Amino acid sequence: MRKRQKRAAPGPLEYLRRWPLQAWLVMVSVFLYAPLLTLMAFSFNDSKRNIVWKGFTLNYYEQVLHDQSLLTAFGNSLTIAAICTLVSVILGAMTALLLWRFRFSGKTVLDGAMALPIVVPEICMGVAMLVFFAKVMPWPSGLPWPLNLGAIIISHISFSFPFVAVVVRARMASFNRELEEAAKDLGAGEWMTIRDVIIPHMQPSLIAGALLAFTLSLDDFVITFFTSGPDTVTFPVKVYSMVRFSVTPEVNAASTLLIVLTVILTALALRFQGTDAVAGGHAPDPKA
Amino acid sequence: MEQSWRKAKSVFALVLGPPLFWLVLFFLIPLAIVWVYSFGTNIGLTQIAFTGTFSNYTRAIEPLYVGIFVKSVGVAALTTGLCIVLGFPVALAITFAPDKLKAWLILLIMLPFWTNLLIRTYALIAVLRDEGYVNMTYHWLWTHAGGLMTFAGLKPLGDFVPLELLHNNFAVVFGLVYVHLPFMVLPLYSALDRLDRSLLEASLDLGAGHARTMLQIVAPLALPGIASGILITFIPALGAYLTPDLLGGPDSQMIANIIERQFKRANDWPFGAALSFLLMYMTFIAIALQAVLAKRNAGAKA
Repeated sequence: MRKRQKRAAPGPLEYLRRWPLQAWLVMVSVFLYAPLLTLMAFSFNDSKRNIVWKGFTLNYYEQVLHDQSLLTAFGNSLTIAAICTLVSVILGAMTALLLWRFRFSGKTVLDGAMALPIVVPEICMGVAMLVFFAKVMPWPSGLPWPLNLGAIIISHISFSFPFVAVVVRARMASFNRELEEAAKDLGAGEWMTIRDVIIPHMQPSLIAGALLAFTLSLDDFVITFFTSGPDTVTFPVKVYSMVRFSVTPEVNAASTLLIVLTVILTALALRFQGTDAVAGGHAPDPKA
Repeated sequence: MEQSWRKAKSVFALVLGPPLFWLVLFFLIPLAIVWVYSFGTNIGLTQIAFTGTFSNYTRAIEPLYVGIFVKSVGVAALTTGLCIVLGFPVALAITFAPDKLKAWLILLIMLPFWTNLLIRTYALIAVLRDEGYVNMTYHWLWTHAGGLMTFAGLKPLGDFVPLELLHNNFAVVFGLVYVHLPFMVLPLYSALDRLDRSLLEASLDLGAGHARTMLQIVAPLALPGIASGILITFIPALGAYLTPDLLGGPDSQMIANIIERQFKRANDWPFGAALSFLLMYMTFIAIALQAVLAKRNAGAKA
């Protein structure tokens, strides 16, 4: 049916070829992109007040690259995101395997509890982590890097791994159980079946889940804000303190660098998963 | 087919243990402590006594706080409504786009979503502030229009007054819509994509216009998708912290900002804990409402 529509001039349902809808799309794109693009453009602007275009410069990038506290914050963010991703993928895959494969009493309760970190408002989780690390398990201060980031890493894992579990579980729904039976008929034990049959099937979702966990961790401000101390500042927390102060070209330059990193990560997701990552499953975003 | 856990005890124990341990220790216990705190009282600077009092909750129903709760719900609802209006045509365009273009359109919507929230909020500050790009354009137009009017022999326009776009409720709603639009577009698209297209064609063939087809055919059929879009947009908007904090003025505080203040500057943890749990209950009620609606809808169809 779709093919027929392509050939016919403006079919009744070809809404994309009607001008009001095209105008609407352009308007929404401008709404979404104009602020980000101006931000990026003005990071090259040779003017401290950053209002009128005065000429091209890379000065602010140089300043960013020499700003020790900003670099430390950026390094902290990447380290936290990397460790969080690793642990979240392992825990998420285990959760998915557990809920997909086994029948046990209390499963519904566990399933619901695993969805909690996804739906609980960030601020509530932030204060919960603040209280936990202040009263129950004070994270020792003065530990060498990166151990001093432990409290932040733990909180990030807590909200990331259920997302990974959702992604992996969605993938397992397409698993053909006959493959598993065949493996067992051919003499594979439980462990071997998991290693050689189930995990290979999981693989694309493990990559997708890893990218998701990495982005969630890198993006998080609210929960980090409640768990970070003066010597454990992450990039969003650092930018927050700079933004409160004023709008400066340095912030623009630092932001541009992070936007570029985001675009690269998205491109990687596309490469690993094909266009399927953005369109194919068209499952609503896992953040849902 | 699921297998009973007894058939593979060691595998079961291995995949159950670590996630359960993590969830309980680093998520459920922290939340439980906050819950217990919400029934406590501050004694001294850092000590909290568990008195089992409801005073934190009764304080939360003082008019000041009820006002903030009502306002937060209002702002979140307005945001959700605007997201539907903005997002529905976009979802429609994606649904009926050719396959190749579809992927690009989804990417177009998703790319800002993956961009750091703080950076997006900062970008809005740069656009909306007094010396921002909107006001600059407005100033330029003002100056030129003034010159033109003098030229035409009319009274000049007078001094330029920048539009107040930042640090008010307008900025908060603008920012929330900006941030949450992708949350709405994806579930809408997902619902529209599952529609039986022949129903739309039939409606158009039988003489209904496009607007009427949308309202009477598409909207009712896509209702579950619309409902989940509403939920996905409403919940984070209700608990938003960063947007009202950076874009709002003194009167645009939302629940999350009040909670933050109790835990930081005001140092009244029990009251903050009570507010956190009220916000959480509101979230759960929203989820339950949607679940009931979805169930009723499924029942009506069967």
